Amino acid sequence: MRNGRQLTMAKAISEAIAQEMERDERVFVMGEDVGVYGGIFGATQGLYERFGPERVMDTPISETAFIGAAIGAAAEGLRPIVELMFVDFFGVCMDQIYNHLAKNTYMSGGNMRLPVVLTTAIGGGYSDAAQHSQCLYSIFAHVPGLKVVIPSTAYDAKGLMISAIRDDNPVVYFFHKGLMGLGWMKYPETTITPVPEEPYTIPFGQADVKREGEDVTIVAVAMMVHRALEAAEQLEEEGISAEVLDLRTLVPLDRKAVLDSVRKTGRLLVVDEDYRSFGLTGEIAAIVAEEAPEVLKKPVKRLAVPDVPIPFSRPLENFVIPSVDAISGAARALVV
Amino acid sequence: MALTKDTVLWMYRTMWTIRLFEERMAEIYLEGKTPAFDIGSGPVPGEMHLSAGQEPVAVGVCAHLRKDDAVIGTHRAHHFAIAKGVDLKKMAAEIFGKVTGLGRGKGGHMHLFDVENKFSCSGIIGASLPPACGAALAYKKLGKDSVAVAFFGEGAANQGSFHESLNLAAIWRLPAVFICEDNAWAISVPKSKSTAVADNSVRAAGYGIPGVRIPENDVLAVYEAAGEAVARARRGEGPSLIEVETYRFFGHFQGDPEVYRPKDEVKKLREKDPIPRFAQQVLGRGLATAEELDAEKEAAARAVEEAIAFARESPYPDPQEALLHVFV
Repeated sequence: MRNGRQLTMAKAISEAIAQEMERDERVFVMGEDVGVYGGIFGATQGLYERFGPERVMDTPISETAFIGAAIGAAAEGLRPIVELMFVDFFGVCMDQIYNHLAKNTYMSGGNMRLPVVLTTAIGGGYSDAAQHSQCLYSIFAHVPGLKVVIPSTAYDAKGLMISAIRDDNPVVYFFHKGLMGLGWMKYPETTITPVPEEPYTIPFGQADVKREGEDVTIVAVAMMVHRALEAAEQLEEEGISAEVLDLRTLVPLDRKAVLDSVRKTGRLLVVDEDYRSFGLTGEIAAIVAEEAPEVLKKPVKRLAVPDVPIPFSRPLENFVIPSVDAISGAARALVV
Repeated sequence: MALTKDTVLWMYRTMWTIRLFEERMAEIYLEGKTPAFDIGSGPVPGEMHLSAGQEPVAVGVCAHLRKDDAVIGTHRAHHFAIAKGVDLKKMAAEIFGKVTGLGRGKGGHMHLFDVENKFSCSGIIGASLPPACGAALAYKKLGKDSVAVAFFGEGAANQGSFHESLNLAAIWRLPAVFICEDNAWAISVPKSKSTAVADNSVRAAGYGIPGVRIPENDVLAVYEAAGEAVARARRGEGPSLIEVETYRFFGHFQGDPEVYRPKDEVKKLREKDPIPRFAQQVLGRGLATAEELDAEKEAAARAVEEAIAFARESPYPDPQEALLHVFV
């Protein structure tokens, strides 16, 4: 299935959207700077030139209006993809999202279909400070009615985007800025992967073992998958075998994959670039606590942003976002 | 409104302080980012939105403000901060992420907070107007004659917060002044493709408040219009809206490829540079001499270099400081 062509995540996403726009004329794109600019993080590059302003629409900075409009357009049979540049910017339009996009299907007794894909950028690590560096996917995963997708590689990004567009439910699709393969921001090489030219789907709710191991399970998404992989290499040199599990989607969540891995290793480290409290790390820990506490050889360990906003200054930011060394250190402490 | 020599010299010096600060930041920003540009590298990492060319808006308005008046700016806020009297050294140190900065390095260039000088700003579009309403409400409740000024871009005029705030300020007759900086571009989207009317000041009519548009980035025209709006607010007669046509000399952020902008646009804008135009107006009206203006420019240059040296020499915060100040 995989061929040798390597793509960045940004190119994989825009290719997925282009192929679906070719296949289905109901698909269209709206958002800020998605047209001529091609998306600030390149997720819509080339689409404007190929499909024109009728199907790739730059919007005013009016998120309540254009995200609300996506709901209305979807209810009328179209399949909008809507980008809002940074997840940090969602504050102004959350009512349309968490009271309408997430609930109308349910409140209509399943009669209203809302095939909306909401895309946005997440993540820090490049000194963009408290209002441009957050992850916040847990907020969206908390509200019933939104599927939550977080790819970490180009291959996953394309397959998950095609699945998102074809899904008849609202999907919030988060791409990490530092994984997009941009020319102006550092990224781990492991995010660039072979990507088949033909369209393909990756089902939601299937976590992916990015690296197999025996001694400790590291669960992560997005950038933390890559840092966990790097940490696993460090650990291997010390004779510690770490398994890295990439959840890929939070809703639906692949609980079985978490349990299967922890049953094998007996040790769980959950790493997250989002805030620590009331989020992903607690949720994953709870799965094991509820379903299989007896398999744990040590208590679950969590690494996440320690409940502070993302600070601007580099030494402060590096201190709060889990580093490769922090991940390997936490994993090592579980094993030895 | 009579223009005193002191005000003229302050305006000229402040415009140069802004311009020279921004030009130095453009240079410093590239340190550690060449040959390969990485937004996270160098002494000043992260996004950098510079305000060169937009000096008339900040200076023409803030010339009327007192220390006890509040100013709330945007993601592109250096010019507002400088014009409001924020300490240049502390501001520069914040932009460098140093512990001597306004926010001990926690905020960065989009999040400058100076409680003493009543200045703040935000990285979120349209976020300045509601808190300006709140500051104005506080002044009214406390019986003060202070005013609150919200600056925002023309892109923000399509945010709900713009319309909600204008209405709120109007029905409560708040001492607020709303200043729209029309630099023609919301990142890559031109005003003509985002806004149903060419002139945002006409939207004031929808809220029953005065609205005026100042063309051509003219600092003296801004000064005059803002003088009326601030005085009106101070007298308790309610809010006003002013839109100023201004010029963005740099990209949306440093590193912006600006593929959306006509190649010669910035060159044409720079030919209409508002600072030399102001100097000509001053000299033509005999408001100051060329020697006096030159002395102000030199003072501005000294202040900028001192601030940057201070920022460079200051230490970074201890990493553990990241855990402080979520609450007080």
